Order: sequence, then C-alpha cells, then structure tokens
Amino acid sequence: MTGTALPSINPIKQGRRRRARRHGSVILTLLVLVLAIFVLALSLGQSFTPPGDVLRVLLGESVPGASFTVGQLRLPRALLSILAGLSFGMGGVAFQIMLRNPLASPDIIGISSGASAAAVFSIVLLCLSGPIVSVVAVLAGLGVALCVYGLSSRQGVAGTRLILVGIGVSAMLDSFVAYVLSQAPSWTLQEAMRWLTGSVNGAQLSQVLPLLVMLALCGGLLLSRAKDLEALRLGDDTAAALGVKVIQTRIIVIMAAVGMIATATAVTGPIAFVAFLSGPIAARIVRNSGSLLIPSALVGAILVLAGDYVGQFVLPSRYPVGVVTGALGAPYLIYLIVRVNRSGGSL
Amino acid sequence: MNVKPSHSLSVQNVSAGYGDVAVLHDLDLVIPSGKITVIVGANACGKSTLLRAMSRLLAPVKGQVLLDGKAIHRTPPKELARTLGLLPQSPIAPEGITVADLVSRGRHPHQGLFSRWTREDDAAVEAALVATQTMDLAERPVDELSGGQRQRVWIAMALAQQTDILLLDEPTTFLDISHQVEVLDLLTDLNHQRGTTVVMVLHDLNLAARYADHLIAMADGRVHVTGAPDDVLTEHNVRQVFGLDNRIVTDPTSGRPMMLPIGRHRMTRDQHLKEDRA
Repeated sequence: MTGTALPSINPIKQGRRRRARRHGSVILTLLVLVLAIFVLALSLGQSFTPPGDVLRVLLGESVPGASFTVGQLRLPRALLSILAGLSFGMGGVAFQIMLRNPLASPDIIGISSGASAAAVFSIVLLCLSGPIVSVVAVLAGLGVALCVYGLSSRQGVAGTRLILVGIGVSAMLDSFVAYVLSQAPSWTLQEAMRWLTGSVNGAQLSQVLPLLVMLALCGGLLLSRAKDLEALRLGDDTAAALGVKVIQTRIIVIMAAVGMIATATAVTGPIAFVAFLSGPIAARIVRNSGSLLIPSALVGAILVLAGDYVGQFVLPSRYPVGVVTGALGAPYLIYLIVRVNRSGGSL
Repeated sequence: MNVKPSHSLSVQNVSAGYGDVAVLHDLDLVIPSGKITVIVGANACGKSTLLRAMSRLLAPVKGQVLLDGKAIHRTPPKELARTLGLLPQSPIAPEGITVADLVSRGRHPHQGLFSRWTREDDAAVEAALVATQTMDLAERPVDELSGGQRQRVWIAMALAQQTDILLLDEPTTFLDISHQVEVLDLLTDLNHQRGTTVVMVLHDLNLAARYADHLIAMADGRVHVTGAPDDVLTEHNVRQVFGLDNRIVTDPTSGRPMMLPIGRHRMTRDQHLKEDRA
C-alpha cells in the first residue's frame, strides 16, 4: 500500500460504460428477437416445416413439400417484412428526433400517404410496375415533405404547425388513394388493403433487392449523421452552438428518411403506424443510452414481422399486417396526444 | 492563474434580423479578450440577436463578425465551436437524460465521424462537473433537478466544450436571486481561473454592473454606449436607454454603481421636490 488513495472509480466513465453496455445489449436482444420471429415465420405457418428443411431450402436445395411454402411463400414475405420494418423504423425515428416530436413521424405528416398515393396512381392509372414505381413514390414522398415543410415554415419551422399541416396533407392524399382504388373495380380487397393500411401479401423475392439497396444507402447516410441528430435533441440553437450544420443535417435526414420510407411504401403500402410506433418503443427500451436509429429500425422489423404473423395465423381470420399494427398504433396515438398536450413532452 | 492564449472577437458594421425585420443596424463592437462583458438594454433592443449573430446562429445581412480576424460565417462550424461556445436561452434536455450524459454532449465539436471517446473527453467532462459543483448530480436525470442546478448543468455542458470564449443568453433568467449570484460567481471563477472571455446578456442592471468588466448598453439595435460599468451606468444613460428616471448610488458591497429606479409612487418627499424642480 502506498500513501496515495486507490484510483477512484470515476463515476463519469462508469456511467458512460454502463450506457454503452446497455445500448449494445438492447441492440443484441432486438436482433435476436428479429431472428427468432424470422425463423418462426419460416418454419411454422399452416403447416410445420422442420428447421432442417428450412435451412436446406435457404441453402438453395430443393426439398419436396418445403421448397414452395418456405422458398416461394414464407421467405419473400418474411424478408420483405424485415426490410420494410427496418426502413419504417429508422426513417420514422429520424423524423421524430429531428423535429423533437413523436407525432412528427412520416406516416402522420403525410409522407407515407404521398408515397402510397404516387404508387397506387402509377400502378392503377399509369399501368407501371417494378422499380419505376419506387422512383415515383420516392419523388412524391420528397415532394410532400417539401410541401409540408414549406407550408409550415414561417420564420423557422415550428413542430406543431408542421404536424397539423402534415395531418391535413395526409388526409387529402388518403382520400386520393381511396378515389384511385374506387376507379379500379377489378381489384381484389386484398390488393386494395395494401394501399390503405399496408400488407406484405404476395411478396416476391425480386422486390427484396431494391429495398435492401435503398435501405443500405439511406440507412448509411442516416447513421453517418447519428451524432448530429443526437445533438439536435438539445434544440436547434444548442446543436448549432455545438458545431452542427443544422440546415444541412435536416436536408440530409429528410432525403434519407423519405428515401427509405417511400421505397418501402411502394412495395408494402403504408403499413400503419410502424414508423410512428417504433421510435417511442425503442426510446423506452434504450433510455438515453445512445442513438435510437438502429434500435428503432429493429423494433420496426419486429412490429412488421410479428404483426404479419399474428395477422396470418393467430387471429381467427386473416388480416393484412397493417390492420394489426394499426390496432396497436391508434390507442398509442391517442395516449400520446393526451400526454403531449399535458406536458409538451418530446421523444 | 492559468491564462489561455487570447482570441479577439469583434463585430464589424453588422446589420441582421429575421425575414424583413431588421433588428441590428450597422453595429460595431470589440469584445475585450479575457474579460467579462455584459450586454444590457431594454426588451427587443437586439441583445439576443447580437449574441446569435456573434455565434454564427444568425447570418448578418451586412458586415461581419470576426474571430481572430477571420469571418465566423466562413469558419467551419465545428472549428468555430471549439473556440466559441454559446448557451442559448432555452436549451432542451431530452427526457430522462442524466447530467453526465448531457454534459458529455458538450464534447460534440471535438469528435469526428468515427472518432471514439477519449480520455481527454472524460477529463473535460469531469473538469466541467467539478467546476460547476455538479459532480454529485452526475447520474441524476436532468428533469429532476431544481432550476438553479439545471442551469449549472447547462453551463457545465458549455464548459465541457472547452472554448476560450463563452456567450450566454440570459443565464440567470428564471432563477431566484441566490442562484443568480451563484451562476454569476461561477462564471467569474471561470474567467479568473481559465481566462475565458465571457459575454452575456443580463436583465438586472445592478448585477450587470457588479459582475461586468465591460458593459455594452444597447438601444434600438445599436450600441448606445460601451465601457467600464462606472462610465456606462449613469443616470443619463439609463434614462436614454430605458426611458427611466433613476438615481445612481455606489453599491456599498462592491463599490460599483447601483441604479435605483424612480417611479411615480412610493417616492420620499425629497425625491418629489427634486422632480418638481426639474
């Protein structure tokens, strides 16, 4: 023993380590959950496929009885659910953080509706299909974002005004979707549901790649801004004083978030409330231990995967995923409005 | 005393405002390095706008703000944020964030895209917590703190930024008098110990005169008068800047000028006679 005191356990370092550990374990847990539901969705539907057979199908072998159900039906559906969920979750929370309001999620302020309207318009009336629909949806999403932003900016954008304008724009676009659907009487109810509440029915493997590419691009862009987004939570002025290029960050975040959300919407339709719900759920779990982007993306994937599974196999009759997530989301929306009105709370 | 290399901050011929509304008109200023400068003035005279223009939050329509001879609007924001810090009037604490976490956010300008948290960052946060006596609160959520504690935490965040110049927009608003004095003492310590140039907007003229080395009195978007508190806080200047009758006496505790407002009521006979004569 020397005379000097033992190196004191630094509470700052300790706290930081604890937060980093928590953040890491939250991400790991969510990842495991996504995987678990993915495996469940691949192996247990109306019939059970043993994990061994599932694995063999995934490795490209032809397994009688399993190749079709797993390879053609379940796999595209599960992959699409994951990718769409990741896109909605990450894009949604990026908006919520940037505008410091959980109500400012793209599905509330009209961006999903815009992408959906553009997609249904180009499919039904212009008879387009494939990647071009995604391009139109992304452009429309950006257009709506620009429009909502422009309409609500008067000496700087106030969050509440943007949300109210967005809700109005959203209602307008939703009625446009309903109008277009009514012009296509030959459509099945299932098909129409996709554009009304979102669905992964009829998923195809060919839809996976474009979604994956867009998610990688836009997600990478968002993650590269994760620190700036964290700083924005302290207010625009504080963030600027900390050296954040506020306007540039906003533009990049809007472009990336709209890009991924609109691409996903063009494929699955506006899966109700996933973008809106993922961030706040992730925030509850992460509890300020770090960036919400990845946790929220994973929560989104869980919501869509699990929602679709419940809609297909747990409920008495089959529902598209959007009906399930919508049933979850609506009460939360009401709760949030009551709470935000009371405390002016942020995410 | 450990004085850092000094920086020069000056405002040259700056006009600025919001939209079509001009708030600052052809403003010229030199901020004395290593001193405490306090900006005073009536409501809506452009104090906060000046602070925003000096910290790159608001781009001037005309003129420029120079830091060490370089226009701050042409300095990369992160680089600027390592020399010049600003604590805005109402920063937002994310729900449930702990004190240490919030203070750590002050390290943002020192971090790159892929850089990891370093020992230096830890040391800066610790020093900031110690200086503001918030070490005991380190793991407490900010939303549970009292107003005075919270303000100390925000100042700690600005300290963790380790800038040689610190601008503060009304750091004492919403605080009771003892916490106001506490915050101003803390900023004075910082100025004495680190040689930090402090520039702040204050509402209370007497506290301004007591704590400032240099006072700037603004009126209508212009600098009305500037200099040592003894020269600035005069009956004549207060009447011109605030349109208020007043008397200046010497503060018996600090030896600085102290302003006593004269209203229409509650005046002693003497004062009424003086007014009648005038």
